[in-house]
Amino acid sequence: MNTPTNLKYTKSDEWFDAASGAVGITDFAQSQLSDIVFVELLVEEGEEVTVGKAIASVESVKASAEIYAPASGKVSAVNKGLSDKPETLNSDPFGEGWMIKIEGGTAGDNTMDSTAYEADCAGRAH
Amino acid sequence: MTYIPISPNERDAMLKTVGVKSLDDLFDAIPKKHRFPELDLPPALTEMEAASLLGEMASTNENVREHMISFLGAGAYNHYVPAVVDHMLRRGEFYTAYTPYQPEISQGTLQAIFEYQSLMTNLTGMEVSNASHYDGATATAEAVNLAYAQFRGKRKKIVMSPSVHPQYREVIRTYTQSLGLVEAGDEVSADLEAGPEALMSLTDESTMLVVVQYPDFFGRIHDYTKLIEDAHAKGALVCIVANPTALLMLKTPASMGADIVVGEAQPFGIPLWYGGPYLGFFTTKKSYVHKMAGRLIGETVDNRGQRSYVLTLTAREQHIKRERATSNICSNQGLLALASAVYMSALGKTGLQQVANLCYQKAHYAASELSKIDGFGLCFSEPFFHEFVLCCPKPASEVNAYLLEHGIFGGYDLGKDYPSLENHILMAFTEMNSKQEIDTLVEVLKEME
Amino acid sequence: MATIMEPTIFELSSPGRTGVTMPASDVPEVALPPKDLLRSEFPLPELAEVDVVRHYMKLSKFNYSVDEGFYPLGSCTMKYNPKINEDTCRLPGFLYTHPLQPIETVQGNLVLMYELQEWLKEISGFAGMTLQPAAGAHGEFTGVLMMAAYHKSRNDSKRTKMLIPDAAHGTNPASAGMLGMSVVTIPSDERGNVDLKALAAACDDTVVGMMLTNPNTLGMFDEHIEEVVALVHKCGGLMYGDGANLNALLGIVRPGDLGFDVMHINLHKTFSVPHGGGGPGSGPVGVSERLLDFLPSPLVGIVEEGDGDDMAPLYGFVTPKHSIGRMKAFHGHFGGGLVRAYTYISMHGPDGLKDISQYAVLNANYLQARLRGTYKIPYDRICMHEFVAEGSFEGSDVRALDIAKRLMDYNFHPPTNYFPLIVHEALMIEPTETENKDTLDRFADALIKIAEEAKTQPELLHNAPHITPFGRMDEVKAARELVLCCWLPENYETLT
Repeated sequence: MNTPTNLKYTKSDEWFDAASGAVGITDFAQSQLSDIVFVELLVEEGEEVTVGKAIASVESVKASAEIYAPASGKVSAVNKGLSDKPETLNSDPFGEGWMIKIEGGTAGDNTMDSTAYEADCAGRAH
Repeated sequence: MTYIPISPNERDAMLKTVGVKSLDDLFDAIPKKHRFPELDLPPALTEMEAASLLGEMASTNENVREHMISFLGAGAYNHYVPAVVDHMLRRGEFYTAYTPYQPEISQGTLQAIFEYQSLMTNLTGMEVSNASHYDGATATAEAVNLAYAQFRGKRKKIVMSPSVHPQYREVIRTYTQSLGLVEAGDEVSADLEAGPEALMSLTDESTMLVVVQYPDFFGRIHDYTKLIEDAHAKGALVCIVANPTALLMLKTPASMGADIVVGEAQPFGIPLWYGGPYLGFFTTKKSYVHKMAGRLIGETVDNRGQRSYVLTLTAREQHIKRERATSNICSNQGLLALASAVYMSALGKTGLQQVANLCYQKAHYAASELSKIDGFGLCFSEPFFHEFVLCCPKPASEVNAYLLEHGIFGGYDLGKDYPSLENHILMAFTEMNSKQEIDTLVEVLKEME
Repeated sequence: MATIMEPTIFELSSPGRTGVTMPASDVPEVALPPKDLLRSEFPLPELAEVDVVRHYMKLSKFNYSVDEGFYPLGSCTMKYNPKINEDTCRLPGFLYTHPLQPIETVQGNLVLMYELQEWLKEISGFAGMTLQPAAGAHGEFTGVLMMAAYHKSRNDSKRTKMLIPDAAHGTNPASAGMLGMSVVTIPSDERGNVDLKALAAACDDTVVGMMLTNPNTLGMFDEHIEEVVALVHKCGGLMYGDGANLNALLGIVRPGDLGFDVMHINLHKTFSVPHGGGGPGSGPVGVSERLLDFLPSPLVGIVEEGDGDDMAPLYGFVTPKHSIGRMKAFHGHFGGGLVRAYTYISMHGPDGLKDISQYAVLNANYLQARLRGTYKIPYDRICMHEFVAEGSFEGSDVRALDIAKRLMDYNFHPPTNYFPLIVHEALMIEPTETENKDTLDRFADALIKIAEEAKTQPELLHNAPHITPFGRMDEVKAARELVLCCWLPENYETLT
């Protein structure tokens, strides 16, 4: 499992890059969901989001998930190309698979670093 | 014990294995004071007695094949169903199977429904069809759900033509009563003579969906192209409720630009059956497929390299998406989708075109003969397919009562739903109505006082 | 290129072939509508009747069905579908009556519906019954609409929360979701009952009600059902019963007597209406006294009393005072649902109905006893009509899915798997009352043998099924490529 150390993580498997403001789902999340076939971004550029707001909906062959904002702030960009290529979330969750950017966003109190997140995932996997 | 294949000896052996003394001992978890109620029901009949009882009940009815001449339509149509349809439906392999969740041993259902989906897309011209809904009315309500989900609740206005089937509009209201929608278009005061353009002024930037019917409830054929262009310019979706028999002759809703095309496929191989079960079809554009409710079958291959079919995009549905699903729908009308697929295949291109032409010809003959009677006339001047509104010299209820005395179901009394149409009857004609029946109707009406 | 087991109906089409034809028109010909209103292409198949019959016969043989063998799908009640039902529902008097005929001409239909309403009320213990809902989920939606309408009528607008146990069917939260309610999940305790503490903590004045399947999807009858109902009622909520598992309760207990306020009944499970490869179903809904006025319209009622002598009462349609409205066009799934269920109930009577549930429960407990020791039974007590086993073994990578697929090689339909979600690798088994001991023994033997295979030849399970005409499907390809129909309109030109 890939867990970049420069990112913040949530228990609900989102990551937040404080430097760029980018938000996405983790490698652990994509592997749990398996083959992702549909992504719908629920927020638009310019919209204010707060921690915990649903920002995207993801469906795989076997499961579905809501993705929640790990940070508060103004949405500065959305990855529009994602809906045509949902499989990007499986192949490159921390790169091309970014979902939105919350520039200058404040990470929620519930975020954790990569070590804590890895421990959390290990606790959840059977 | 009719259908329980367990002998007393076997029962005792099984109870022993389970470790209880009697069948009643299996129910200790149930509160004692409510356990084993005495049910006040008639005593059991044998099959022979039940067959006789049901036969008697059925024969109490006046039916439209053996007793009555019928010009009733209004959403349910008396068409001929070729014998082959029911012979296929009676295959236990089809009717006693469950939903095809195990595709390796359900390819019969899966391929048949995949073909049904294909037939419906070809009929409507749309890109995608689901595996069906309960009926035309609920399919229309699901179109509203799709639009609501597509705009994520940000648009809340729905524009409905007053010439959409009244029961369909009623079902939409029931379904959406807690969504806080704004409705426009079908007020009691709505001008029924107005064409589809009247809806354009009601459509605005807050409109999520415009719903019209084709041919409309009064049988009129409108070209909705302009209305759809206008709605699209305002960002709204348009749903056309279509009659499948009419689509065998008329230009497709897709060619007018419709986003969603739904309707009642009962005319395709399903008996009148006093109103159900019928078959709601639902077709749309590929871009809306993820917001569409209902089951969906897609093509794939198995691990032996064989072309095969599976339920697909199931994560949209309630069993996975739970409270976030567009709809809670679980079942489809599987067996009746099969019926309509067999119907369309058995009649084929030639037979289906004959059906459409016969409906059209009979209705137009009837319209022309009825118009010749003093005091009667056609209510609207637009082109029609197989249904039209007859204007009568007295209330429709009286005309229908008079016709009933002569063994005729005259048609649907429009006064029930449209106060301004108290003297109007909606009449439908199919290949089942002979010239002689129509002539009888005309003769009887001529003698009405 | 994939091998094709049976071409599609479009691939079988040959231009110029005709099937069933219609008589010539017997009326003077009139012109068609203006050309700009007509369709120009007509992409539908052309076949002879025999082509059609052979095609569907071939397809039918790719299906497994109750008529062929054991179909122990949990919560689906795949019981035998009596053949007499197929005849009664096709009597001409039922087939050829129009839903808008004057009521005087369809008294046979209306009497049948009225009596079925009364029978279902008696069986379930409810004060009112609607036959309109088309399926179980449709019935749930009807029920939840009535619950919302009830609170609204009392100006109790705070109530937005629906309590739903973790073992519930997905339709329950989806039904509540359709009304924008928020769903609060209530955990189960170690005996498979609703966790009373958690329930008590969730009960407050924002609760719409609780949706409970009882027996639940673990096959367990809640041992504290009266406390559960009391807690929900005490906070002003209503009790919804998911009647999917009613096959365990006929003549055993009436949900209405237990305090449920509303419940749907699946005629296609409990009352032998065939499943039809996915429908049509039929989902009447029963309600307690306080919800009577909210039932959907119309209901079947007596519109003119008889004189108790020669003149029979006149049956017709009535609208409840505060009806939630119409749930579908016309009057419910009359022919395919109501007539079959009526036939079935009429042939059982009170004792026959009780037999159904007693033997359904016996069969489930017998199978559970036979599998105990080989498969882990996480909630191991006397079950009702179904039970849940775990489809995995210590030290083996065999999963419930593999066991399910391997069962096909033994010519059984697999049980429901991966549901309920609270059991790891769940196999949910519902044998129904219409299976004999030999079948149950053969099924248990097969499962025991498969457990052995899981240890000795796991590959046999991973690659199963082997003897079916089709193997496992590529579901990712289906979802990614989304080929949802053959012969798209835009391809028509190139294909003719």
